[in-house]
Amino acid sequence: MASHSVGQFVPDTTPESIRQRGVIWRTFWVMFGITILEFILAFTKGPYHINHLFVVIVFISLTLLKAFYIVAEFMHLKHEVKMLIMCVSLPVIFIIWFIISMLYEGNAILLVR
Amino acid sequence: MEQAIALEEKLIWKGGVEPLKSSYGKLMMWFFLLSDTFTFSALLITYGLLRFSHDIAPKAARVMVDGHEKFIFSTEYWPVPEHVFTHFPLTHAHLPLVFVGLMTFILIMSSVTMVLAVEAGHRMDKIAVQKWMLWTILGGIAFVSCQAWEWTIFITGSEHGMTLADASKVFGASLIRNEYGPPAFADLFFFITGFHGTHVFSGVVLNIIIFFNVANGLYEKRGQYEMVEKVGLYWHFVDLVWVFVFTFFYLI
Repeated sequence: MASHSVGQFVPDTTPESIRQRGVIWRTFWVMFGITILEFILAFTKGPYHINHLFVVIVFISLTLLKAFYIVAEFMHLKHEVKMLIMCVSLPVIFIIWFIISMLYEGNAILLVR
Repeated sequence: MEQAIALEEKLIWKGGVEPLKSSYGKLMMWFFLLSDTFTFSALLITYGLLRFSHDIAPKAARVMVDGHEKFIFSTEYWPVPEHVFTHFPLTHAHLPLVFVGLMTFILIMSSVTMVLAVEAGHRMDKIAVQKWMLWTILGGIAFVSCQAWEWTIFITGSEHGMTLADASKVFGASLIRNEYGPPAFADLFFFITGFHGTHVFSGVVLNIIIFFNVANGLYEKRGQYEMVEKVGLYWHFVDLVWVFVFTFFYLI
C-alpha cells in the first residue's frame, strides 16, 4: 500500500472523469450489441438452416470477445503492468488444451457407446 | 548520485516496493480468480465431454404441431436448450431463452454499475460509490432470484412430462432423472448453475459488507477505495463465468 497516498475528492464533472465514464458506458453498449447478435443468430439458425459448426464457432468467438472486454476494461487488466497481464492470461493456454482433449475424449466415448 | 542508485536497489529487496505495481490484496484477488477460473473451466469442460458423449437429437425429434415446432424429449439424446428453457414469469407464452437473456442483461448491468462504483472510488466520491454499489447489490439479488425461479420451473417440469420406454412417466427434474433428456443433463444444469449462483450470492454478501464499510467512512479514513476495486474484480469474474455458462449451456 506504500504507493497510495491519501486521496482527495474529485467531482464527477472533470473531463477525465467524464471520459472514463464514457469508456465504461461504451463498453456496455458493445457488450449489449454482441449479446443481441448472439440472440439473432440463435433464432435464425433454425429457420435458415445455417451450418451448426459455423454457428458454434461464431458463438464461441463472440463469447471470447465479450470475455476480453470484461477482463480488459471492467477488470482493468489492459491498463495494468505487462507482466501482470501475462501472469493472468497465459495459464489460459492450459485450459484451451483441456477443452480440445476433453471434446475429443467425449466423442471417443460416444463412438464406444 | 551513485549513493542514491545503490540505496534504491537495496530498497527493492528491503520491501516497500509493490511488485507488478499492485497491492498485495489486489494480487491475491487475481490469484484466487485464476484458481476459480480453472475450477469453472473444469466444470464447463466436463459439460462438453458428457454432452459430446451423448447422441445429438435426431431430425425426427423436432415435429411441427399446429404450426409450432415441438421437440420430443428422450433419455437417448441430449435436448436442445431452446426447447427446454422457454418459460417467462407471469405468462404462459412460449418464450425460448428470453428469460435467460434477461438474466444476462441484469448481470452485465450490475457489472457496469460496479465499474462506475470503482471509478467513483478513484475520485473519493463517497456518495457516488454508495449509489453505484447499491445498484450492483440490487442487480445481484435480482439475478439470484431469477435463477431460483428458473430452478423451480426446471424442477417442477411440465404437465405432460416424458414417457419412458416402459410407459412410466417422468415429471420435472432431480439428480436421478429428468423429463428433458439423459440424467447428466439435469445433473450438470444444477451443478454448474448452482456453483455459479453460489458465487453470485457470496458476491452479493461481500458487496453488502463493503457497502456498509463505505457508508461508515472506513475508506475515506484510509484515503483510498481499493477494497471496492477488489470486490469489483470478484464481481466481474462472476459476470465473466456467466457469459461462458450462458453460451455453452443455452446457446450451443
